[in-house]
Amino acid sequence: MATTTGPAPVQPARVRGPAQDVAGLGVTRAVGFLAPALLLIGAFLVFPAIWTIYIGITNYRLTGVEAVSPSIVGLANYTKALNDALFHNALWLTMLFVLGSAIIGQNILGFALAWTMRRARPAVRRTVEGLVLLAWILPSTVVAYLWIAFFDRDTGTLNSILGTQGTAWLIDYPMVCLILFNTWRGTAFSMMLYSSALQAVPPSQLESARMVGASGWQTLRDVVFPHIRGHVLTNTLLISLWTANDFSPFLLTKGGPNHESETVPVYIYNVALQGGELGYSSAISFLLLIANLLVALLYLRLLRRRS
Amino acid sequence: MTPAYVVRRIGFYVLICAITLFFAVPMLWIASAPFDASPGLGVGWPDWTLENFRKTLSHPYAMHSMINSLLICVTTAVAVTAFAALASYALSRVRIPGRDALLYGLLLLSSVVTGTAAMVPIFVMMFQLGLIDSRFGVALVMTGGLLPAAIFILKDFVDAVPKSYEESARVFGASTLQILRDVVLPVARPGLATILVWAFVNSWGNFLVPFLLIRSIDKQPGAVLLQTFTDEGGSANLSVIPVFSLLFSIPVVVLYLLVNSRYGFRFHGGIKS
Repeated sequence: MATTTGPAPVQPARVRGPAQDVAGLGVTRAVGFLAPALLLIGAFLVFPAIWTIYIGITNYRLTGVEAVSPSIVGLANYTKALNDALFHNALWLTMLFVLGSAIIGQNILGFALAWTMRRARPAVRRTVEGLVLLAWILPSTVVAYLWIAFFDRDTGTLNSILGTQGTAWLIDYPMVCLILFNTWRGTAFSMMLYSSALQAVPPSQLESARMVGASGWQTLRDVVFPHIRGHVLTNTLLISLWTANDFSPFLLTKGGPNHESETVPVYIYNVALQGGELGYSSAISFLLLIANLLVALLYLRLLRRRS
Repeated sequence: MTPAYVVRRIGFYVLICAITLFFAVPMLWIASAPFDASPGLGVGWPDWTLENFRKTLSHPYAMHSMINSLLICVTTAVAVTAFAALASYALSRVRIPGRDALLYGLLLLSSVVTGTAAMVPIFVMMFQLGLIDSRFGVALVMTGGLLPAAIFILKDFVDAVPKSYEESARVFGASTLQILRDVVLPVARPGLATILVWAFVNSWGNFLVPFLLIRSIDKQPGAVLLQTFTDEGGSANLSVIPVFSLLFSIPVVVLYLLVNSRYGFRFHGGIKS
């Protein structure tokens, strides 16, 4: 993992022998090779990110006078966000969503799976891991229908299992549903990350822990955890970032009922395209970008320290 | 075999069963409803029929949206793979000034500028460029979004290609382009295939970008159209939705199995964004 997402280690130039550029590409052609990718990234990733700052200080709207000639309103959008109860609500729900489904749900379930599957029979392991991975790779729109059907009021599977026909889970307990859904959806990543991290725990140490009669919990805390601490931190940061930016709550509840499941991404969509307030939603997007940037910088710093 | 051990083993299997059920039960619907004569949102042994498949295949937009998905995703996957291959080779082999800063920036970009954080400016930009309702526009936006991570994953593959291959080709007088085409390209094929599949699968499942940018129903890819299937009464069309969900999932699962069996599933941090 560190090798794929960590910054590339700089290879010291060798004193003798062939240069790195063995095929003789040369710097000019190398820049030419980079150009198309950088142009596309610049146009569709960097430029929008920077433009958010500008739109965020205007009163630009989807329709009306401000759509034709938006004017600069300074930090008005940001002061509006400070006093916007719906935005505070979205922040709070996003925190709940991240805490419940990523930090607790995916992390713990992913670790439990990696830990138990380590010594399970290959057939059991393949089946369970296959199911968890399937939940991860299915298209999000399809997954949304699976869960809408699962939670359905009249014939939903959950109500059939619990014998609670008539309970409209998505309406009565929308956040609980979203947390369950996202735990199911994203656990595969943590499971795989912890599986590979656990391979770094020396078997001899596990063996000695068993010899001195340590309980399972003691072994986990004193032997396993010190080896994977860095992985736990980086995994938690990554899945939190993805969860906070996840748009799939929209597919299940559209933010409803009455804003009860309106996480920040859904709120941005609703303000921008339902309410037409492009300026205000850009200001909120910019805040989300800053939060992402802070998490990503912390993540990269941790990765670099580990290697 | 102490009693405590037996209890622990039983507890262990109960836990595994519970976790398995948690992951399996929500999927049962897509396995039963498509084949049921009176499909609903419940799960049960189906009253077998293929009538739903006939209805889905003759739906005016269903199969058309699969073609739209295919158009968008093939364009995206090919563009991502081609541009990422060129960029990652240059970054891996040539000491371009500012390379490390560039790599660091790409790495940040791949996780910071998410679809949700950038949806408003992307919508406004495409609106002003007149690329709303264009499948090509959707492919462009997706390509830009996937490229940083693709470059990173591919650079890892290219770094692992031994330089001695290129060196010996050079000794025998091969030109740069010959080396790239006949030496580097074949060796990097597993990496390229992985990226191609990864980009395809990611864009196949992407809902937000086409949802924002495509208006007319005949241009919508499957991921968006699936949200809009209704019957004459305006409620969800349950003879089409399950079948379409199933058909729409098949390419993703097949491609995943293909990459997994041919190249083994290599674990890439952040491969799914």
